[in-house]
Amino acid sequence: MRGLSAVYRKELEDHFSSARFTLLLTLILMVSLIMAYTTGNGLRKELEGFAKPALVFLLLFTSTGALFSLAQFVAFFGPLIGLVLGFDAINRERAQRTLAKLVAQPIYRDSIINGKFLAGLTTVTVLLAGIVLLISGLGLRELGVVPGWEEVGRLAVYLVISVLYVGFWLGLAILASVLFRGMATSALAVLALWIFLAFFVPLGATLVADSVVPVPTTGQAEIDTVLRHETIKRAVSYVSPIALYTDATSVILDPMRKTTRALVLVGPLERLSLSRFQNPLPLGQSALVVAPHLILLVALTFVCFAISYAAFMRQEVRTT
Amino acid sequence: MEPVIEMRDLTKRYGDQVAVDRVTLHVPPGEIFGFLGPNGAGKTTTILMLLGLSEPTSGWARICGLDPTRAPVKVKRISGYLPEAVGFYEDMTAIDNLRYVARLNGIQDSQARMRIAERLALVGLADEGKKRVGAYSRGMRQRLGIAEVLLKDPRVVFLDEPTVGLDPDGTQRMLEMIQSLSRERGITVFFSSHLLDQVQRISARVGIMLKGRLVAVGSIQELGQQSLGVGQERYTLEEVYMRYFRQGPMAAA
Ligand SMILES: Nc1ncnc2c1ncn2[C@@H]1O[C@H](COP(=O)(O)OP(=O)(O)OP(=O)(O)O)[C@@H](O)[C@H]1O
Ligand SMILES: [Mg+2]
Repeated sequence: MRGLSAVYRKELEDHFSSARFTLLLTLILMVSLIMAYTTGNGLRKELEGFAKPALVFLLLFTSTGALFSLAQFVAFFGPLIGLVLGFDAINRERAQRTLAKLVAQPIYRDSIINGKFLAGLTTVTVLLAGIVLLISGLGLRELGVVPGWEEVGRLAVYLVISVLYVGFWLGLAILASVLFRGMATSALAVLALWIFLAFFVPLGATLVADSVVPVPTTGQAEIDTVLRHETIKRAVSYVSPIALYTDATSVILDPMRKTTRALVLVGPLERLSLSRFQNPLPLGQSALVVAPHLILLVALTFVCFAISYAAFMRQEVRTT
Repeated sequence: MEPVIEMRDLTKRYGDQVAVDRVTLHVPPGEIFGFLGPNGAGKTTTILMLLGLSEPTSGWARICGLDPTRAPVKVKRISGYLPEAVGFYEDMTAIDNLRYVARLNGIQDSQARMRIAERLALVGLADEGKKRVGAYSRGMRQRLGIAEVLLKDPRVVFLDEPTVGLDPDGTQRMLEMIQSLSRERGITVFFSSHLLDQVQRISARVGIMLKGRLVAVGSIQELGQQSLGVGQERYTLEEVYMRYFRQGPMAAA
């Protein structure tokens, strides 16, 4: 325990005083500001003359303003936060020759990995909570709507899911830092994996679905065929935590969604008309829908940990 | 007296290669033991096994009666280790570096402050504590390493080539520091080195490793008589070492 807390404290101080943290913070601040402004503004214009719909506050996070929604931004760039904070966790200690003396202190080796992970996770939490608060605050001004408890609850759940999601990437990065001795190698490896999961898995999912259940391009396709096609595509795309995260957050942030089926792009006005015929799903029910996604996400993180532990325990610590 | 360091048939293999081959050795409390041998002889590997940082392929070791493989944390609580070419967190000050190690050893910050100041003074870095380690010279780092090793009040310290890269004056001070550890604090010192005349000056007994085998253990006088024959009044470690070196690892009994 004492090893863990000592490592945690040091790593946290390192993170908060590091140049990369400042860089991440600046980047995130800029993006949040732009997004809060454009989406807030856009929403206000679109809603002009209409009665404010229920849970309008959440639209700040899901509607695509000028570029993309916040939810999409985190899904896409969140991994980079995790990777940047973790890719050199262990191999940097090796490179600067501090690893040998670190493991020679009376602590268990796993508390080094755990302390570094928890410090990274805390940093991630601060960054993400910062974004959500910032956008909420600015959105409040733009929209002039105070969020209800339901919305606050949903945002909190969204935050937790996002932290877990970035936590997975952090775990992955730390694993790479154990496996690869070179920091550049480690960075490249995690980037390659990220690109694979972000771009190639969705592509692969479509290919697999196309080959298993071909949907005819001409004429009317059977609704059944289309559904099977979609199901297979989704199942394959769940290889990537990005798909897991996107589906989970869309349910949490959009109470009209009752399943995690693929995103249908609808504008806020269509959403409004939809809401006349539907009641929002209560938060508890939404949470139930996404529970399997979360469990999978956490399980994936644990897999990274298990491999990191196993590899790190066996590793030679000699510096030469 | 019960030995502080004890090993029997300690062996480490890396694949086909035997890095340490059935080494049996005892070091009594308070002794300065010089561990010699050419590059790749297995000195570092032996030290790593004694600290529980590397698992022996066979044989066993005890530090103050504790098994480094089974109870590594307990062993590390009482042993200090200065790796060859020790590193520090370059962006942190010397004091911050030491404070981190103190915390890892469960030393309260209030107590650590005094200890850090005391250890820095001991190694002659009292005025440089607030400097970034990145700005330290090679010799200052090595001394800082000693201060760090002493933070936990160890009963035994393992110093892997502590004088490497030091100038003559720095070497001299390092040797005096090692001697004072043993004399004033009763700490057992197990150190490896390639500088024979220095080892001769400070160590009571030496061990010579060749290709993983411990070919000789004893005081320089004893080893001289064994290898060069009775007759000389004083033997230098140099001639003793070269004698064993020429005989090769197979000459060991
Ligand atoms: N991880 C490893 N895998 C394979 N062989 C290794 C490994 N570590 C060390 N060795 C081998 O074990 C032998 C002993 O190495 P060791 O580092 O203990 O020597 P040493 O006596 O400390 O040498 P030096 O004076 O150069 O520090 C060497 O032949 C080395 O090549
Ligand atoms: Mg060595």
